[in-house]
Amino acid sequence: MNVFQALKMGFSGILSNKLRSILTMLGIIIGVAAVIVLVSLATGTTQSITDRISSMGTNLLTVNIRGRGNEGSLTEEELNRWREKDGIQYLAPVMNASLEVKAGTNSSNANLIGSNDDYLMMNSLNLDYGRSLADMDLFARTHVALIGSEIAETLYEGDDPLGKNIKLRGNNFTVIGVLESAGSSMFGSNDTRVIIPFTTAQRLEQQARINQVSIGVSTAEQVAEIKAYLEGELLDKYGSSDYFSIFDQTELLSTLEETTAMLAILVGCIAGISLLVGGIGIMNIMLVSVTERTREIGIRKAIGAKRRDILSQFLIESIVISCVGGLIGVGAGVGITKAAGALVASLSGNVSFNVVTIAFGFSVAIGVVFGVYPANKAAGLNPIDALRYQ
Amino acid sequence: MSLLEMRDISKVYQMGTEKVYALRDVSLDIQEGEFVAVIGPSGSGKSTLMNLIGCLDAPSTGSYKLDGVYVSEMSGNQQATVRNQKIGFIFQDFNLLPKLTALENVELPLLYRNTSQGERRERALEALNKVGLGDRYKHRPTELSGGQQQRVAIARALAGEPPILLADEPIGNLDSRSGREVTELIHRLHEQGHTIILITHNQTQAEEARRKIAIYDGSITSDEKVVRE
Repeated sequence: MNVFQALKMGFSGILSNKLRSILTMLGIIIGVAAVIVLVSLATGTTQSITDRISSMGTNLLTVNIRGRGNEGSLTEEELNRWREKDGIQYLAPVMNASLEVKAGTNSSNANLIGSNDDYLMMNSLNLDYGRSLADMDLFARTHVALIGSEIAETLYEGDDPLGKNIKLRGNNFTVIGVLESAGSSMFGSNDTRVIIPFTTAQRLEQQARINQVSIGVSTAEQVAEIKAYLEGELLDKYGSSDYFSIFDQTELLSTLEETTAMLAILVGCIAGISLLVGGIGIMNIMLVSVTERTREIGIRKAIGAKRRDILSQFLIESIVISCVGGLIGVGAGVGITKAAGALVASLSGNVSFNVVTIAFGFSVAIGVVFGVYPANKAAGLNPIDALRYQ
Repeated sequence: MSLLEMRDISKVYQMGTEKVYALRDVSLDIQEGEFVAVIGPSGSGKSTLMNLIGCLDAPSTGSYKLDGVYVSEMSGNQQATVRNQKIGFIFQDFNLLPKLTALENVELPLLYRNTSQGERRERALEALNKVGLGDRYKHRPTELSGGQQQRVAIARALAGEPPILLADEPIGNLDSRSGREVTELIHRLHEQGHTIILITHNQTQAEEARRKIAIYDGSITSDEKVVRE
């Protein structure tokens, strides 16, 4: 019997019991779709987080000072000395606060950032229009602000915000620039930033200390060297590493990537278990089918079907079920992933060819593995007993 | 040379500690073109004999030569090939596959022989025409009467053009009219030169054959030509 005939027989076996075949397939469909959706979402979301972090600049070091009085904080002189250091490209003191920003009767919640022009460079923030912060603004503690696109939209509703005044804690600030939209991340919108000169922020927040400094290193190779330099400097100053920390973007990135890769594998394995359960479903239904069709097997054997003919008939049936189920599962999985990525902003689906291949291949393998036993059982039946079976 | 040649065939079943002989030292020769009835009450061993003739079972001892080849020492797969090519089975309860059409049922033996689709169809239709059901080839067994089903089964047995037709109580499940039809068909096939072995427990049916072999308690008790008035 040729392959074409065997395939035809397998299909007719499946079609003769549609509901049962569909229910059996459902196990495989759910399994394959689950593997694809979960792994794709895990890797896709990881990708979007790491992309965002690396877009902030991977050569970024952040120095944090904690637990000391005013006299213990960093000084302008120290920052200026660091600026001279070879390999340090950007350096920006940073102050963060959350507050309400108002313009006329409109108001919005904003992330206030006190810093300088370097901060924009380091974080790849571009101006949509207007000008950035100048040295003069820092020196003179001017009341000027750069605002995020979402803030501009909320406060001015399409009007040109340049030169207009916004109110921060009752103080007037002139809008000098609007930032390009940076989208949103897991941590919320990136377009609700209000950036003012660091020195002005010190006044506004009545906080003279410099507790956080962002440093952009010229090249990735120099990150370790600069980190060691800063550590040396800070140890000299404080005598203990308890009072400061240096946060390394690349380190974070690699840790994050490792963790999420593990997560994706774990999630894939859990989904794989459902695929396995689907395989057991196939085996179960094939065993029932063999029992039900004992007489048919007997007739076929009496007429001259060989062991191999019966074996391939049943094996092909289970492989067809798992293949068709696998294909539908791939379709469903890719569809659900895309839909989830489109509907939920914080999710991003990255359907990789590998995941699809592995999930589909696994489903086919399951059809073979769990089909062999029932098919073998059918092929091994004694024709006389099978013919007599009622 | 005989078409079928059995020498000292025995079939023994082990029942606990006891050995039960289903057949004991049976020797049998059947020539090409013969119409033989094997008759015996139930439990006489005629079903066992039929299974052995049909290569569905292997004898415990003895040798069986069919159409020039020793089949008693063959493997399961080789026996399957012999069943496919040498034997046309006609069963009491037809044993058609209910999900296949009459034509597909008749095609089955050819399917396991790797015959091309066109030839398969042609030969199956020819066989259906032979049994007078050429116009019913699209019908499924459930859409046919008992007599028609048995004729489809006979067409299936004929399709592979085997040297022997082996009929096991072919009209046992049929009403008298359909039974008559099937019996006539079998006679016609014999007249056309087919070798037919008919297994039955019905005396009048056995009288229809040309040769009658009576079997009782695992042994052949008589083997005679049927004399026609």
